[in-house]
Amino acid sequence: MNGTHLIPPPVWRAGPGPWATSHALALAAIVALASAAPATSLRAQDTVPRGVRVGLTFDATGKPAVALTPVSGPNADSVLAILARDLDYSDRLTVIRPDTGTAPTGALNYDLYAKLNAAAVVQAAVTPAGGLHVAVHDVAGKRVVLVMDMPLPAPALSRDWRRVVHVASDSVEWSVLGRPGIASTRIAYATQYGGPITIVDSDGEGAWPVPGTTDCLSPAWDPTGTRLACNALPNGNTPSRIVVRDLVTGKVWSTGVRGNNQTAVFSPDGRDIVFSAGSDAQDLYVVPVFSDSTPRRLTSRRGSLNVSPDFSPDGRKIVFTSSILGHPEVYIMDADGSSADLLTSSGFGDDLYRSDPAFSPDGRRVAFQSRIKGTFQVMAISITDKTTVQLTNEGANESPSWAPDGRHIVFVSTRTGRRELWVMDTESARARQLTHGGRAQNPAWSPRLSVSRQP
Amino acid sequence: MPRFRIAGLIVLTAVVAACSKKPPPAPPPAPEPPRVNQDSIDRANKARADSIAAAEAARRRAAEEAARAAEEARRLEAARAAARNTLMAKVYFDYDKDEIRPDQQGTLDAKVPILNANPDMRIRIEGNTDDRGSDEYNLALGQRRAASVRRYLVARGIAGGRMDIVSYGEQRPVAQGENEEAWAQNRRAEFVIVSGGNPLKVP
Repeated sequence: MNGTHLIPPPVWRAGPGPWATSHALALAAIVALASAAPATSLRAQDTVPRGVRVGLTFDATGKPAVALTPVSGPNADSVLAILARDLDYSDRLTVIRPDTGTAPTGALNYDLYAKLNAAAVVQAAVTPAGGLHVAVHDVAGKRVVLVMDMPLPAPALSRDWRRVVHVASDSVEWSVLGRPGIASTRIAYATQYGGPITIVDSDGEGAWPVPGTTDCLSPAWDPTGTRLACNALPNGNTPSRIVVRDLVTGKVWSTGVRGNNQTAVFSPDGRDIVFSAGSDAQDLYVVPVFSDSTPRRLTSRRGSLNVSPDFSPDGRKIVFTSSILGHPEVYIMDADGSSADLLTSSGFGDDLYRSDPAFSPDGRRVAFQSRIKGTFQVMAISITDKTTVQLTNEGANESPSWAPDGRHIVFVSTRTGRRELWVMDTESARARQLTHGGRAQNPAWSPRLSVSRQP
Repeated sequence: MPRFRIAGLIVLTAVVAACSKKPPPAPPPAPEPPRVNQDSIDRANKARADSIAAAEAARRRAAEEAARAAEEARRLEAARAAARNTLMAKVYFDYDKDEIRPDQQGTLDAKVPILNANPDMRIRIEGNTDDRGSDEYNLALGQRRAASVRRYLVARGIAGGRMDIVSYGEQRPVAQGENEEAWAQNRRAEFVIVSGGNPLKVP
């Protein structure tokens, strides 16, 4: 896809400090020349101090309000709908939708928007040349702070077309909140009872089956979001094996050891996969991706079953499910296989079944599923003090996976009577249904995907 | 022989007629009908009847032989089918367990003589679970169940190299339903003949 490669837009804040990187550097240079004070003092102002919310204005709910003007051009309704939904789904912004259908011309009436308590206005248009033009206005400052122009691939409303609009939403979020959104990310998931791996956009649209992944389970993304690992079930004389598929080049590589091979995950540097394998016992193995190497055994845990590994974001720890105590619990160990410690513990329930851990992107929490009064629920435990919260309580809920914003999770829920994927904001507990076809399992939220290289 | 007597009679009559001026000789008597040789006829008929009876007997014997052979084949096929069923009979497990239950041992023991009678046969043991646990953990549990079955058969003399083990976890249920009846049916090991089972030798 030929998109304009976006330079991260300048971050603007309510407080002191330069709002454009180039300005910061220029200012730092002047200060450094003029005094003995190191440039670090200015650079320190560029970082976000703990506990301080970065944004334009504050409202009672703590969520800045963003107003959308009507959109002009072909497929304007869809563009507006996607932008509004993306910003709403961030759970960090209040969206003010436009009243009238006519796109404004000329200067914006900033006073009007100030009365609506909007911190920013997003003005989008589809140009006659077939591009998406987006301007973000700072209401208090009464000026445009971000302009984006991106070509829209044909056909309209295709997956690639929608992606461009999602990228615009994520950039709007970055300019308003100082952090990019997750609208342009995707979720991969497996099909229960046999079927392909499916990839769906974060808003639930654009689902497509990945070719050649029939009967593959537990998909996992590499850090660039261009490779997918999964484990293929045995078929006739073909044994179970780990399969890694490059979604851009189509190249396929597989590995495995004798017995059952499953639950492969990429290391954060993208070079290795760690997976679970064995027969009577299952241990964790590591092997470089797309290599000829034989997998190397990482754990040796007295004949127990050890499955579902997940890396910490800094690559130093691995959490996994282990039956070494006689029932499944979540363990944490060093990435070289040493120093395994029990992470979860009895107390919650206690139905003695905790599994399927997922490390949060900020490395501070691990989500997992725990059986409580006979039904699985999604929980999150703090790495530092082990405090545990129960995140779900409706139906049976399992297999959590974190979004790159470290705040949303996707998981499997039976609350509608069928196994569907749901997305939840762990801060507000707001939840939305992502799939509607049933038989969903093993969801994996993608990392932030690069703008240019996407399948 | 009658002919000669007839011939003699004719000659005598001709001589008598030539010796005197008598009234015209009487016409020669009509020839006698051929005398039936009843013995030959009886013999031929008997031979024919005999051969018919012999053919009947042979047919009957052949039919009996065929019936016996068919019966034998049926018995053999039934025995083979029974042996195949015994080989493929499923084995069931308790919840979250991979141990061979005492009530399942007979099912496994019955497979041993058949496997022994067919030393070239390869089988595949497929482990399955119900869907109540984590599906990822269940894939491992299914593999452990298949391994447990293989270990049991190895301990009874079957070479481990003849038995492949795989797991389908909870992905191939035979019964649907959120109840113990369905779950119990799904917690199972299945057996597939991979090769060397045709024709199956019955122990």
